[in-house]
Amino acid sequence: MELKNAVAGTLESGDIMIQIGPGEGLQVELQSSVAAQFGRQIKSVITETLQGLGVSDAFVKATDKGALDCTIRARVTAAAVRATGKDVWK
Amino acid sequence: MRNTKVVTLEEAIRRSGLKDGMTISFHHHFRGGDKVVNMVVAKLAEMGFKDLKLAASSLSDVHAPLIEHIKNGVITGISTSGLRGELANEISHGLMDEPVVFRSHGGRGSAIANGELHIDVAFLGASSCDELGNASGCPRSENAKSICGSLGYALPDAKYADHVVVLTDDLVEYPNVPKSISACDVESVVVVDSVGDSSKISSGAIRDSKNPRDILLAQQAAKVIINSGYFEDGFSIQTGTGGASLAAVKYIRESMIEKGIKASFALGGITAHMVKLHEEGLIGRLIDVQSFDKVAAESIASDQLHQEVSAIEYASADNPGSAVHALDIVILSALEVDVNFNVNVLVGSDGIIRGAVGGHPDTAEDSALSIIVCPLLRGRIPCVVPKVTTLITPGAGVDVVVTEYGIAVNPRRPEIAERLKAAGLKVVDIHDLAAKATSVIGVPDPLPFGDKVVGIVMDRHGKVLDKIYNIVD
Amino acid sequence: MMFVPGNNPGMMADAHIYGPDSIMLDLEDSVTMAEKDAARLLVHNALKSIDYGDTEMVVRINPLNTPYGRKDVEAVVKAGVDVIRMPKTETADEVRELEAEIIKVEEELGCVGRTQIMAAIESALGIVNAYEIATASKRMMGIALGAEDYTANLKTPRTLEGSELLLARETIVVAARAAGIACFDTVYSNLDDMETFRKEVELIKNLGFDGKSIINPRQIQVVNEVFAPKQKDIDKALRIIAAIKEARAKGSGVIAVNGKMVDRPVVLRAERVVALAIASGILNEEELS
Repeated sequence: MELKNAVAGTLESGDIMIQIGPGEGLQVELQSSVAAQFGRQIKSVITETLQGLGVSDAFVKATDKGALDCTIRARVTAAAVRATGKDVWK
Repeated sequence: MRNTKVVTLEEAIRRSGLKDGMTISFHHHFRGGDKVVNMVVAKLAEMGFKDLKLAASSLSDVHAPLIEHIKNGVITGISTSGLRGELANEISHGLMDEPVVFRSHGGRGSAIANGELHIDVAFLGASSCDELGNASGCPRSENAKSICGSLGYALPDAKYADHVVVLTDDLVEYPNVPKSISACDVESVVVVDSVGDSSKISSGAIRDSKNPRDILLAQQAAKVIINSGYFEDGFSIQTGTGGASLAAVKYIRESMIEKGIKASFALGGITAHMVKLHEEGLIGRLIDVQSFDKVAAESIASDQLHQEVSAIEYASADNPGSAVHALDIVILSALEVDVNFNVNVLVGSDGIIRGAVGGHPDTAEDSALSIIVCPLLRGRIPCVVPKVTTLITPGAGVDVVVTEYGIAVNPRRPEIAERLKAAGLKVVDIHDLAAKATSVIGVPDPLPFGDKVVGIVMDRHGKVLDKIYNIVD
Repeated sequence: MMFVPGNNPGMMADAHIYGPDSIMLDLEDSVTMAEKDAARLLVHNALKSIDYGDTEMVVRINPLNTPYGRKDVEAVVKAGVDVIRMPKTETADEVRELEAEIIKVEEELGCVGRTQIMAAIESALGIVNAYEIATASKRMMGIALGAEDYTANLKTPRTLEGSELLLARETIVVAARAAGIACFDTVYSNLDDMETFRKEVELIKNLGFDGKSIINPRQIQVVNEVFAPKQKDIDKALRIIAAIKEARAKGSGVIAVNGKMVDRPVVLRAERVVALAIASGILNEEELS
């Protein structure tokens, strides 16, 4: 799937900013104040969400401000939809 | 006057007989604006001292320059109530070979009084001082610029240190009365340009929190107090300075007026909120170990019923005369509370030191009712956990935990749980709160601690309570 | 009913801790056009994952005649929303159009009939058609006033005492009652003027509204205080209900409390007071039964 560069999310407390672009395989670079305790979990939510959307090659830069998993899923999906131009709704 | 004690800092240090390996002490009444610690330690480094032990009542962000002095071997030991900022971060990563010793305010007072913490030379900043050494945190001339009010945390040092140096930026005419530190305890007086940055010593006006979560927590805390069984005429109270604590005072005040209840005294760190209630006649006396803002500092300078106390008189465990023994209600904050009601106020959820023990264990243990107010979740950081990262206040002294998801009462106090339930408050099991946190944010991975001890937490009776290990990135 | 912007995950995560009866996640006015897609995904995921307890969850979608409306319906119905709030409703046909959209998604999910509709009336035409809107679908659970757009449409400013809204408010209450559904008043957006806010809540409660829309948790307490029935009214209502039970048990047709005959409106009012007392946490449902 062809990927453009795209961004979703903000740097507000409780949110996560997802920057996505072309890459080989799924690479995730994470910046988070809770990286020690939740970094593994956040990265797996990001890769699982992308895999669910059929994105297997992408470079993702995630700047986390304490987002919950449901927010991470929403932001990753929004970034992927913007990058692929393929919406999840009919 | 012939026998003046006024000398330069270098001369005062020389006169003190300070030697390598000795212990120097400081107070933290200038909080984030403090200039005394950095100024004195820089001079000691310049004079070639090594291996000094620094015993501060607390340290904050502003003390980052100590990192260089630690690396250069000038400072090799620290004891304090708190650590923050870059200094705390470096120490958490293993900067020092000797662990930092953490004590509560009452615990430090006791340790100084019983000789466990021996101070060779105390360097005590003062807002005003005369040439014999009578010192105060209150302004006594038009030149006063660094005003802090109470000097409560400096008083044990002044009384028990072998040698006392007062540093001031306002040398006033003798006699500087009423005094906090007596000239009889002071060997030297050093006049400096500035002991503190007044804009960072204290905030100016009362600022009510508009954060809805703080307001919710404050309303719940106030309801707990009002229905606890301790809210009756003549009660005594202490509150912290967090947004929720301050807001709680507002709701308690409304209820005091409505029910015609007056408090006998408010204790501890005094804020403008407490001064207001006192001036309205709702609180009889203010017992002030630390004046948190400008209003409190002005009040202690002018109001006979607003009195300074030393850290020992405030919160010492082994001195039956200390004020905490007479305290009914205390509202406290927490970084973490665990299912056994143990509290951590020192080490962040990332394993890095970012707080202060303060009077937390002292007031929790000795008050009749201790209430911890903390959100269940701060973003993705849980505050009610299975086990605290670092034990600061044992759960035996903690009675009620107020969160936005419900109020947990220590099973040791079933009568309080009954009263709160009868008042219609949402009383929940603390295990359910911890489970709720996990259900929202997931189970955190264990912190990457190393095996080097970087901090030792002493309980207020002088025993080791917990150890803090270095964090590995 | 507390409004929460649909593109603010921090606020969406803990809106329910303040105890509003319902939460309205907004995809319409509080979300910029560039963020409509992202907010829709946030609201969808929040509804699916966050445990809002027994708080009623409402989503305000974009109008169906925008590029966003139909996707909004799909996203929130798939996430199991309780109520869809349709903005700027002017005719009954618009309600039926929304219903058809909802049915399409519900059929796909196999849960036809699950989603309710609330229509916000925000124009003169909408007020004129209020009863038709209120009865346009059996999914209609309530109608609400949106005063900002309405006053702009009337070409009048919004005043503190709200005289320009009187007809709209009364029309909405009457239409809702005639249709047997609920009615909710508009928001009051000056958070620092709690006194005027309290007066407005008292006014709309007396007009017959079931609830007030709010924009900040700080407003909840005032609404609850105004809507909570007074203790003497609760006691009276409980006596009436007890008398009815007793009369029914005896098979007696005529009921009297304190020497006064109790007729049907009195019973209904008593039941409403008790329901409000339970909702306000003054009475405990378990203790009653």
